[in-house]
Amino acid sequence: MDKKLRILVAKPGLDGHDRGAKVVARALRDAGFEVIYTGLHQTPDMIVATAIQEDVNAVGLSILSGAHMTIFPNVMKLLKKKKAVDILLFGGGIIPDEDKKALYKLGVGKLFGPGTDTAEIVAYLKKYFKL
Amino acid sequence: MKQKINKENNRINDATISGIPVKIIYVPDDIKDLNYDRDLGMPGQYPYTRGVRQTMYRGRLWTMRQFSGFGTAKDTNKRYKFLLAHGETGLSVAFDFPTLYGRDSDEEISAGEVGKCGVAISSLADMETLFDGIPMAEVSTSMTINGPASVIWAFYIAAAEKQGVKSKQLRGTIQNDILKEYIAQKSWLFPPKPSMRIITDIMEFAAQHVPQWNTISISGYHIREAGSTAVQELAFTLKDGLTYVEEGIKAGLDVDVFAPRLSYFFNSHLDFFEEIAKYRAARRIWAREMKNTYKAKKPESLLLRFHTQTAGCTLTAQQPENNIVRTAFQGLAAVLGGTQSLHTNSMDETWALPTEKAVLIALRTQQLIAYETGVANVIDPLGGSYYVESLTNKMEQEAYNYFKKIDKMGGMIKAIENGYPQREIANAAYNYQKQVEQKKRTFVGVNDFILADEKLEMPILKIDHRVSEEQNKRIQTLRKKRNNAQVAKVLKELKRVCQTKENVMYPILKAVKAYATLGEICAAMKEIFGVYKEPPMF
Repeated sequence: MDKKLRILVAKPGLDGHDRGAKVVARALRDAGFEVIYTGLHQTPDMIVATAIQEDVNAVGLSILSGAHMTIFPNVMKLLKKKKAVDILLFGGGIIPDEDKKALYKLGVGKLFGPGTDTAEIVAYLKKYFKL
Repeated sequence: MKQKINKENNRINDATISGIPVKIIYVPDDIKDLNYDRDLGMPGQYPYTRGVRQTMYRGRLWTMRQFSGFGTAKDTNKRYKFLLAHGETGLSVAFDFPTLYGRDSDEEISAGEVGKCGVAISSLADMETLFDGIPMAEVSTSMTINGPASVIWAFYIAAAEKQGVKSKQLRGTIQNDILKEYIAQKSWLFPPKPSMRIITDIMEFAAQHVPQWNTISISGYHIREAGSTAVQELAFTLKDGLTYVEEGIKAGLDVDVFAPRLSYFFNSHLDFFEEIAKYRAARRIWAREMKNTYKAKKPESLLLRFHTQTAGCTLTAQQPENNIVRTAFQGLAAVLGGTQSLHTNSMDETWALPTEKAVLIALRTQQLIAYETGVANVIDPLGGSYYVESLTNKMEQEAYNYFKKIDKMGGMIKAIENGYPQREIANAAYNYQKQVEQKKRTFVGVNDFILADEKLEMPILKIDHRVSEEQNKRIQTLRKKRNNAQVAKVLKELKRVCQTKENVMYPILKAVKAYATLGEICAAMKEIFGVYKEPPMF
């Protein structure tokens, strides 16, 4: 990659399951992205503030807790409010198919489920950003 | 249906899943230094490698205990009655994230998580509902609660009192293992020092008032789920346990008073023999350390009793019915390893909390192992196997290598503060992921034997908005109905005690009985003790 894309990997809410977020963060870094990891217990406000401050190209949310239908829409809303809609919001975790569909309708990018090869996530981001 | 099968043959077959090299065959020479009396002994005899009870499962089967909780206390109460009616022999409470973090359901940060990953318990009133109609004098209850364990335990004791049950009659476990929270599960509240003080207060309180209670369930489960190897699970968990012993002794408690109430909780992962060896090595290490290093005299202090849960992280979203079989193998390993109680995962748990049907199959799996296979008839049937004994020795050695490293760092609390176990686990998790992606490790249905265009055809349990609305209403009503002047008074008293060396359990119990909420009690304690912050790293 000529210009390094910056990705924010974030763990929202009270969910402490950070294995997936950390593995994905490393895989993205190994693939040449610049990765910022928020750490745990982030509110949508904190995530959007970090995304803007760090001038990232994409935000990846990792959610196991079942709170995705609350958190994704909230982050999306805040990104719009802060006029940061050029930032891609994508994610992964335990998200049932019908919820995925509803979130895609809101403009959320791809949502990856358990068993995903990290290469698939890398390929998705490269394609999205036309690398 | 179209299938994708991996034709390359690059699977690792000369090492366990944790990377311990294995030979193609084991012979007497591999265990030539093994001394039966010194290293194995009879079950119920030092060093307890073969089991902690003389008669093991012929005397009493393991407790079939399914970790369970979702929605409101009322929803979960119904599930408990269902499980007990179908032959479950102990309860195990799963709390939702707000509860695990000592937050009330109606706090802002709880939005979206109330009742989702477990049951929402914000006050004594919720605990009363959770056990409504369940005889607390008879059932033993395990509660996966750590940061706010003291408060939730007080809820339990007070709810039992309302049923007319004395605290001396209560049997059960609080997980209360804060060290592994910093390492892996991440549901902490306070920094390590006040956390350790609360834990020793709990041990002291239990010894006096709740003598049949297991005060810490020292847990490797979450360490493994976070991605550790079997060796790391063994080493970090045992080292955590030994650290609690040291802290108890430092606080002036007699090791033989509190050590018999410490129990363990391990994972059962995919590598069948490695898991069995891990349990056997754990018993031996604990017995030797407790006897030689910590000078425990009572045999009960030397016994490593443990609960096992099959590995959630090995369940696949793809072809989820296969998870029934995975879980059966893992449950079998736990039984062959001599577990005292067992949770078997349900097939649908990569999608949601389990449905009634899925959890029933999981429970039936244990009943099949117990009553159909015959494996429970003979104690430690793999004892003496060249391979299993050799692997048990190897696990023990590798655990001691970690102990040495951690001692050099100044002990486990220092190592955790330096992020050492956290880093080791993150590295192992990444390494394992790479092995799966390079197809060096086969995951049936995920990286091999894939069904193209697979569609999920399984009903999924949904937790709706009703839950958080109901919960919020309940708390708000409670706040109106209770004596708020009394609540303010007991919280003030609690803060005072937190600043002294008095036992915090007494004012917590008082606050709970005045219907102060979990969030209020924890907020009061945080004011004095502060909160833990983890430096983000990956």
